Amino acid sequence: MSGQPQNEIHAHFVLQLGEFALDVSFSAPAVGVTALFGPSGSGKTTLLRCIAGLEHAAGMLHVNGEVWQDDKQNLPTHKRQLGYVFQEASLFPHLSVRANLEYGLSRTPTVERKVKLEQVVEWMGLCHLIDRGDPASLSGGERQRVAVSRALLTSPRILLMDEPLSALDTASKQEILPYLEKLHRELNIPVLYVSHSLDEVARLADHLVAMENGRVIANGPLREILTRLDLPLANFDDAGAVIEAEVGQQDPAYNLTQLNFSGGSLWIGQVKQPLGDRVRVRVLARDVSIATQFPHGSSITNILPACIAGIRCESSDKVNVLLNVGESQVLLSRITHRSLDLLNLTVGLKVFAQVKSVALMA
Amino acid sequence: MENTLDPADLQAVWLTLKLASVTTLFLLFIATPLAWWLAHSRKWYKGAVAALVALPLVLPPSVLGFYLLLLMGPHGLVGSLTSALHLGRLPFSFAGLVVGSVLFSLPFAVQPIQNAFEATGKRPLEVASTLRAGSWDRFFSVALPLARPGFITAIILAFAHTVGEFGVVLMLGGNIPGETRVLSVDIYNHVEAMEYGTAQLLAGGMVLFSFVVLLTLYFTSGKLLKVSR
Repeated sequence: MSGQPQNEIHAHFVLQLGEFALDVSFSAPAVGVTALFGPSGSGKTTLLRCIAGLEHAAGMLHVNGEVWQDDKQNLPTHKRQLGYVFQEASLFPHLSVRANLEYGLSRTPTVERKVKLEQVVEWMGLCHLIDRGDPASLSGGERQRVAVSRALLTSPRILLMDEPLSALDTASKQEILPYLEKLHRELNIPVLYVSHSLDEVARLADHLVAMENGRVIANGPLREILTRLDLPLANFDDAGAVIEAEVGQQDPAYNLTQLNFSGGSLWIGQVKQPLGDRVRVRVLARDVSIATQFPHGSSITNILPACIAGIRCESSDKVNVLLNVGESQVLLSRITHRSLDLLNLTVGLKVFAQVKSVALMA
Repeated sequence: MENTLDPADLQAVWLTLKLASVTTLFLLFIATPLAWWLAHSRKWYKGAVAALVALPLVLPPSVLGFYLLLLMGPHGLVGSLTSALHLGRLPFSFAGLVVGSVLFSLPFAVQPIQNAFEATGKRPLEVASTLRAGSWDRFFSVALPLARPGFITAIILAFAHTVGEFGVVLMLGGNIPGETRVLSVDIYNHVEAMEYGTAQLLAGGMVLFSFVVLLTLYFTSGKLLKVSR
């Protein structure tokens, strides 16, 4: 123990790789999923490799109160209690599926083992695959599930995932995402997740470290970072807010379900989750319009009273508006500059947010 | 008498197989770390080492044999060393032939293994290190099995190349029955003595042997390529 708080990652790395310079300093909670988010070439994979010890950068790294790297020492990768899932599953071609899974397990001291092979196999839906001889006979999604399981079987104190979905086609992605969400919900392992997909991040992450050109440009809770007007994220085509809500009443006649959150409620297409379950929904900025008066006679079901918290003009036809809904929830709205002028929108103005569509994330 | 093999011929065949086996075994121990280093090092002098290893490919065997003879002779660096250590002299001995053959066949062992290590790449080793495998563990549990096709090629080439060696042996080992008279030298002797029948028998055997070796190589590399994909 080094006096560092538990359940936190503190990292500082400086690395020059040819033309590319990485210079990052950040702290993140080692609970839940922390996304390292940024465009390609922003250094997120390099950062993850530094954390794993696969890349040797100058700096320091504390994980869960343990020193992995400082001026005096630099633990080699195999001495760090981590799991790493690469972009490509990278299963060992000379080993069977079972031997792949056992590779890390057998090298983990018995006292450190927290999970059993059968548990993980069942949990990741691999029962019918485990006795396959050649891992090359698996589909892309199956291979990646084996890779995730293989990493989990070393009972890591932190799981590092480098765009584990990016090499997969859409169908395989949809196949594996539920397992990753399950990981998030049920397994108490902190995850560092590298991604350049806002959609994935919105689905999986709790905390977000945004990167650009080898530097960290923002670091904070997902909900806050996703809606910060001063960051490039708010300007993405699929920018939007994430709402954690609770499943409320059903309207069986219209196949609708009400989701309640601190700032109000939203109706969405019927969900499978039982009453009281927590779900995550995403509301895209382009699906939120603003009315200064309550819009009677609108076809839009979800109309929420809101207060303008920020306005940022990105271009002549693109304005991002930050809306406070209730006490702790925010929404992003994308409107045109003309609407901004016509409606005389200013910070502090009370308005109504019309939400055209809500996407359930889990 | 003309068309038969006498015990001396069989002794030459046996000696050749023994030389090739011992040489191949030594080569595996020398070539593996060398190939690993060549595959992974980024040192500036890597090119020079690679060229040195490949030198026996282009040098006439007699040149290599000549220098080895000087080096291992009574006034050579290695020769004085072996004398000082009471190990005797290497030229005109089986041990000397092994040393010469190892150097002569070095590129044939190093290059396939090096290619196999390079084809495997760093990723499987990185994966292994994230799965708690230390560096020796990674080498034996991942790098070696993945480089298997390269090792098989190296073994076959080194063995066959040693069987076929002539120039180095003649320079370094001479023609001592049971000690340094290998098959290729034996054939040469028979031809010199105009015993074409016996020479025919031995030479034909060599042709057949070489063909079988190459055929095996062709089939195993084809089959084993699948493993490394």
